[in-house]
Amino acid sequence: MPMPPATSADWLLNLNALAGGAFLLVSFGLVALRQVQGCVRLYVLQSVLLATSALLLSALFQTWHLYAVGILDLATKAVLIPWMLRRALHDEIYVRREITQVFNIPTALLMALALAIAAYFLSRPMLAAVAHDAPVALNLPIGLAGLLLGGLTAVGRREAVPLLLGLLAMENSAFFAGIALAPELPLTAEVSVAFDVLVLVFVVAVLTRAVERRTGTTAVGALTTLREDPRG
Amino acid sequence: MNLLVIPAIPLLAALVASVAPGRKGAPAVTLMGACATLGGALWAAARVASSGRLVTIAAWAELDGLSALVLLVVAFVAVLAALYSWGYLSAHGYEPRTVRRYGIHFNLFVFALVLVPVLAEPALVWMAVEFTALFSVLLVGFDGTPEALEAAWKYIALMFMGAAIALLGVFLLFRAQAVVGGGHYSWEGLRSIGPRLPQGLVIAAFVLILVGFGTKSGLVPMHTWLPDAHSQAPSPVCALLSGVKTTVVLYTILRLVPLLPAHEMDVWLQGVGLLSVGTAAFLLLQVRDYKRLFAYSTVEHMGIIVVAVGFGTPHGAYGAMLQIVSHAITKSFCFFAAGSALLVVGTREIASVRGLVRSSPLVAASLLFGALAIGGAPPMAVFLSEFAILRAGLASGAYLATALLIGFIAVAFAGILLHVNRMVFGPAPAPDPAVHRRALPTTCVLTLVLGAIPILVLGVYQPSGLHTLMTQAAAALAPAVVP
Repeated sequence: MPMPPATSADWLLNLNALAGGAFLLVSFGLVALRQVQGCVRLYVLQSVLLATSALLLSALFQTWHLYAVGILDLATKAVLIPWMLRRALHDEIYVRREITQVFNIPTALLMALALAIAAYFLSRPMLAAVAHDAPVALNLPIGLAGLLLGGLTAVGRREAVPLLLGLLAMENSAFFAGIALAPELPLTAEVSVAFDVLVLVFVVAVLTRAVERRTGTTAVGALTTLREDPRG
Repeated sequence: MNLLVIPAIPLLAALVASVAPGRKGAPAVTLMGACATLGGALWAAARVASSGRLVTIAAWAELDGLSALVLLVVAFVAVLAALYSWGYLSAHGYEPRTVRRYGIHFNLFVFALVLVPVLAEPALVWMAVEFTALFSVLLVGFDGTPEALEAAWKYIALMFMGAAIALLGVFLLFRAQAVVGGGHYSWEGLRSIGPRLPQGLVIAAFVLILVGFGTKSGLVPMHTWLPDAHSQAPSPVCALLSGVKTTVVLYTILRLVPLLPAHEMDVWLQGVGLLSVGTAAFLLLQVRDYKRLFAYSTVEHMGIIVVAVGFGTPHGAYGAMLQIVSHAITKSFCFFAAGSALLVVGTREIASVRGLVRSSPLVAASLLFGALAIGGAPPMAVFLSEFAILRAGLASGAYLATALLIGFIAVAFAGILLHVNRMVFGPAPAPDPAVHRRALPTTCVLTLVLGAIPILVLGVYQPSGLHTLMTQAAAALAPAVVP
């Protein structure tokens, strides 16, 4: 049944806010969760939330661009990337619990909280320039926070897969802000970014296998021989 | 001729290299591909120099002076690197399978490097810039040693972090244009409406792209991956990474300079640049590995280019363009010389190399020549470009920045010469039977000879076509004149 236009827009914005909140929560989860398999699931969930937001905004802006972006996002990040990771790396990696994180969990979560608050303040001058745009006011701070949290994930992890997922979460977050900022961006751009991410996953999988063959570990963050100080 | 043919050549070469037979097949295909790419780039640059622009698909694939200059530099270094790769691969005696793998990655890397200047739409340029990282990471880890793999991991992690940050900048830039409305989303389209763009968004986009792509071009404080990657990769790849990849990424940052509110960001750019120059100059002094020495010198030179742009005058911009050219040809030469030293002595440690002038005079001479040239000794190309930049700095009234720049360049010069001097002169040690030494292949010698010519020539003479191109490129850094 059709709803009055104003109400449906409100509904869409509220649902988008819900997706945004969940997106931020998942970003926090990626910083702290130890199980590798759990991290992969969280990343898939984050991608689904990104797609949800894109579909909601496509209904709000009445543009098919974002609809295509949402579908593309689901196809690559919720299906193709987990499948590629499964195929490329053996099962034993996924049941691991990572206990060699750089920061312990409470410290990491406190840093994450500080970064999220910083993102809120950093986004204010940008928001001032796009005055009174409700979707941007929601998606930009959350995207920026996700970007910083993804960076924290990548810096704080030593295992190859969670580290890669941190990088991919950064890209997800940039897109989360991007769908609200640039709903009319030509689709070629989105297709090329998706392709780019797939190449990244492929290259990282090849590299991880080479590291494992060579050093017997996938804790790539623990490789620290290249330094300037004298070698012992 | 279609502009997109130029990136298509290395892509085709990558395909052919994947089936090329024997140990010489892939390097031959690579060299032919690189020569054809250079031919295309020369043709395109000549057209741009005479008519100002070359448009194949408006707002998607087009060249102006700045991008034509970058394209030309990339294609030139690619030819030398392909030639050097030939000897490098044969000296190591790799299996045909490994040689093919190298050929594929090398050509894909050149493809990505050529694609960046040819494309004009920022989102697609973002993709091409990311390709330069994705296609070079397996080359960085090519040797397969734990150190090389570690360098490759650091490299790809920081590259993609930078890319994600820059991606948000690309979105903000699109928004900035949508607010104004009209025109294409391309470098030229943005420049033509530059002054009308909302300044808050443009500055936010610029900062994000500066941080993101600055990471990729090795600006301090996000430079830590650079000496690792640029020292562990095979030497011809180092020449491409240090000589042109950093420049290509810096080029995308320079594209945003004309959009900025006039002269508001000048001091910031000078500060960012000087931080890189100063940090690298002092880090140069304490290296133990001569490939890392030249890698830090790349950080220094990226900083010099940013400072030159930060002077905010046409002369500063012209100096920056001159520096882009002279750095690319000189730094790639330095890595060819360093790679030859590595082939001949079999170690990267400065402390283990002594008296090179007695054991292998040619390598010693080219290493010394490269060190003098990159340090900025007259009459080589870098001397001319650094002199132009310092003069522009004094003329623009940025006395403190210019003074600091002179000081840091002097420190870097002393640092490079100090290390290279130790390697070249001094008593030659008794040959260590444990170290694997190789004879220098003919193609490597040829690369050194060919590479030295433009460094000397551009120091004393500028072809008029190149001068026109650099003038146009410098003009592309200034805000468009709004009617």
